[in-house]
Amino acid sequence: MAKQRPSLFLERKGYRQRRVRDMARLMPFVGALLWGVPILWAPPGEHGIVTSRAILYIFAVWIVLVLVTLVVTRWLDPDADETQPDGQ
Amino acid sequence: MGALNLLIAVCLCYVAFLFLVAFMAERSALRGRAGWLRSPMVYTLSLSIYCTAWTFYGAVGYAARSGLEYLTIYIGPTLVMMGWWWGLRKLVRIGRTQRITSIADLISSRYGKSNALAVFVTIVAVIGTTPYIALQLQSVTSSFNSFAAYDSSVAQLGDNDATAFWVAVGLALFTVLFGTRNLDANERHHGVVMAIAMEAVVKLFALLAVGVFVVWGVGGGLSATFDRIDASNIGQWNVDGGRWSALIFLSAAAFLTLPRMFQVLVVENDNENHLRTASWAFPTYLMLVSLFVVPIAVMGLEILPEGSNPDQFVLTVPLSQGRDGLAMLSFLGGFSSATSMVIVAAIALSTMVSNHIVMPIWLSFAGGGAMISGDVRHVVLLARRLSIAGVLALGYLYYSFSGGGVALASIGLISFAGVAQFLPPLMGGIFWRGATRVGALTGLCVGFLIWLYTLLLPSFGPSLFLSDTLMTHGPLGLGWLRPQALFGIGGMDPLVHSVLWSLLLNSVVFVFVSLVSFPEPLERLQGAQFVNVFQHSGNPQGWSGGVAQSEDLMIMAQRILGAVEAQSFFQREAASQGLAGYLPEPTPDFLQRLERELSGSVGAATAHAMVGQIMGRATVSVEDLLAVADETAQMMEYSSQLEAKSAELSRTARQLRTANEKLTQLSVQKDAFLSQISHELRTPMTSIRSFSEILRDTEGLTEQELSKYANIIHSEAIRLTRLLDDLLDLSVLENGQVSLNLQQGILSDVIDQALAATGVEAKGMRVVRAEVLENIAIESDLDRLAQVFINLIANAQKYCDAEDPRLAIRVANRDGYVVVDFVDNGSGIPSEAQALIFEKFSRVSDNKRAGGAGLGLAICREIMARLDGAITYLPGQGGAAFRVSLPFKNAKAAE
Repeated sequence: MAKQRPSLFLERKGYRQRRVRDMARLMPFVGALLWGVPILWAPPGEHGIVTSRAILYIFAVWIVLVLVTLVVTRWLDPDADETQPDGQ
Repeated sequence: MGALNLLIAVCLCYVAFLFLVAFMAERSALRGRAGWLRSPMVYTLSLSIYCTAWTFYGAVGYAARSGLEYLTIYIGPTLVMMGWWWGLRKLVRIGRTQRITSIADLISSRYGKSNALAVFVTIVAVIGTTPYIALQLQSVTSSFNSFAAYDSSVAQLGDNDATAFWVAVGLALFTVLFGTRNLDANERHHGVVMAIAMEAVVKLFALLAVGVFVVWGVGGGLSATFDRIDASNIGQWNVDGGRWSALIFLSAAAFLTLPRMFQVLVVENDNENHLRTASWAFPTYLMLVSLFVVPIAVMGLEILPEGSNPDQFVLTVPLSQGRDGLAMLSFLGGFSSATSMVIVAAIALSTMVSNHIVMPIWLSFAGGGAMISGDVRHVVLLARRLSIAGVLALGYLYYSFSGGGVALASIGLISFAGVAQFLPPLMGGIFWRGATRVGALTGLCVGFLIWLYTLLLPSFGPSLFLSDTLMTHGPLGLGWLRPQALFGIGGMDPLVHSVLWSLLLNSVVFVFVSLVSFPEPLERLQGAQFVNVFQHSGNPQGWSGGVAQSEDLMIMAQRILGAVEAQSFFQREAASQGLAGYLPEPTPDFLQRLERELSGSVGAATAHAMVGQIMGRATVSVEDLLAVADETAQMMEYSSQLEAKSAELSRTARQLRTANEKLTQLSVQKDAFLSQISHELRTPMTSIRSFSEILRDTEGLTEQELSKYANIIHSEAIRLTRLLDDLLDLSVLENGQVSLNLQQGILSDVIDQALAATGVEAKGMRVVRAEVLENIAIESDLDRLAQVFINLIANAQKYCDAEDPRLAIRVANRDGYVVVDFVDNGSGIPSEAQALIFEKFSRVSDNKRAGGAGLGLAICREIMARLDGAITYLPGQGGAAFRVSLPFKNAKAAE
């Protein structure tokens, strides 16, 4: 099995696909980060957050995440596979 | 007539509708028009069984009690779906390449097809799911009660227990009918999936309708509703950060490990690309489901009397406003969320129970494992049906013992925490090659026990398992072992406490034991297969095919896959190896594919064990080892190629040797035939000559003697002619000079004619036929076809050595061919002779009673070749069996 030395750089289209894939991998972390914000919110009291504001924030995050995921998955090449991890 | 009776009627109509949907889906799948059944949207909607009655009723109750915390249950799965590129894609790919049937199958398969692990996972899954099923029964029952409370004229259907009982029975029936139709889990349950997708739409629509009614119908618009929310008890953000993050994590974990979620996510997945759509569409679904929960909860708190059950607000708010139609829709939504969850959970659990517990026990009791008699499919299906009934019975028992008092949300979370224990072995299994079976098993045990001790048992209250003293002072006064304050760290929320310790210790033990233990070869191979599933798909382990008994394999496969599937599978494999007939060479590749086919029906561990019983132990070939150590040594690669080459060479050599043996045998037979044919020609010639000499030379023969001698001469001449006719026939057929006399006729007439000509029934042989199936119009040379049938029937009569000889004639329509099988109950043809019977002059025995010259089957073969059909010997049928196939273009079903 003569292993071919993988090329170091990819052409433009391949490069774009790699970045889209990176974005797809990043999605859950972005989501966790944005939905982690409520941990910082103060308990009920002087600095408390009213529920309607909280609802608006959480659902806005939801909608944005859904839209970004929609765009990213549309962009992803259906036949993309992780067979060649080399080349950036 | 009260509203309750109307409710029951609506339920029955709804279930009938579901039946119809499932039935239609099954039918169009059968007819190959399943394109729309496999659309990504149906897949996405089927995922909605995540939203059970717990969501439908419980989320509102949850929100009324603890504000926005309920959102965590939907945020977790949203994150998992959005991260599909990481985990789900890999899980689905593994599920498809390894033909995984359940989460227990996946974990057992990853850790060296260990049955112990499969059994453990199955038991935990059953324990974790039972309360959840009880929860569904409870929610249906209390929704009945809510209606009853608003309409005093309604009579109860017995009591609550009776309602729950009949719901459980109905669901069991539905699940058995549509969930155990086909055995191969990889063939997927189209009907059930379609019904579930339907229910997903119903429940979402119902929830949105109630929500819209509450916000715009009662609440007075969006901003007014927001004002009401902020003015209510839950008007301020009040969620503990620890619970917020722990619950998001827990629901994400449970989304992957719940048996029913695994079933729809991985097992029922038709196409990996459906995940793309689901990755944004399912989060949208979850968002819509949770959108109106808070408004409904706030409205319920506001307008309903103090102390009403918040878990029923979805139903009682419209009821209190006199909106019976909306309430009915909402009731249907809740009913459908409960039913879809129970159906899929029962299918998933029954697959696990039957594959990993019932089948192994049954096989070991039946003795001899793979070589048992009878149709195993039957047993598997029965086991599955019984398991479904058992799972539902457990759910019902739990319901009636717990009395249905606990708030819905807490039962659901306890279940979540139980099945989440599968997460470390699951994730470790697909991302870390170093994970071992022992590690997974000990980790699971530790996690499960902690969950049991800190969450499940305390949930039953102080009276049942854990006493008050134990809760406050620990067992035997050991304070650091208090169930809700392990290691002396108290004050935590009990759920967070249990999830933290059980998953933490589970993972720590799993990783540590994996590090210090050493995996078996099969584990390492499977590990490499799973972790690197995108690099090399397939090829899990090697069987060393030696003096393997293909025929035994076929007998076993027929019992599990069914005769038709097994025969066509074997034929396909044989054809791909360039062999004719039904018995392929037992190459490692073939055995692997066979094992994978079988595992679709009985699970990986059982399939492995069954093939192992016939093949001896599995060996790991150099090629496979390379997959484990793929980063090392090209030398090994080279030598493995050599080894593969040499294996291939030796296989070719074996085939050549067989061919050579066959040739030698043929030549011997030809010599034997020549001397025999001279003998056969000589005997009648001699008697003809001597009797004609008597006639010529002897004077004074009486009339009687004259006619006697002439008769002898005549019959000997006929015998001679017949022999020569046969030879001529054969040579004409072989040279292709024969002209066919194509006619139209009915197959059963041809068989009748053949049976009459042989007179076989008069000679004491019983013939078994299904004449209805034989009513097929054919266009062929009917006389030639009858000649073939006569030959086969006569052979069966001559050679069948059973005491009570019986001949079965089976007609079937398969792959564009009409096949006619002639199967007798004698001792059959030994496998070394099977290759030769269609050759000229061959006789299986030297038995003279056969009387022919051994040309019959050779003529049959030539005739069938001329008719574009074939005649083959069918091994493994418990007697001599011949299959005649005619191309379908010459046959059409009789109108």
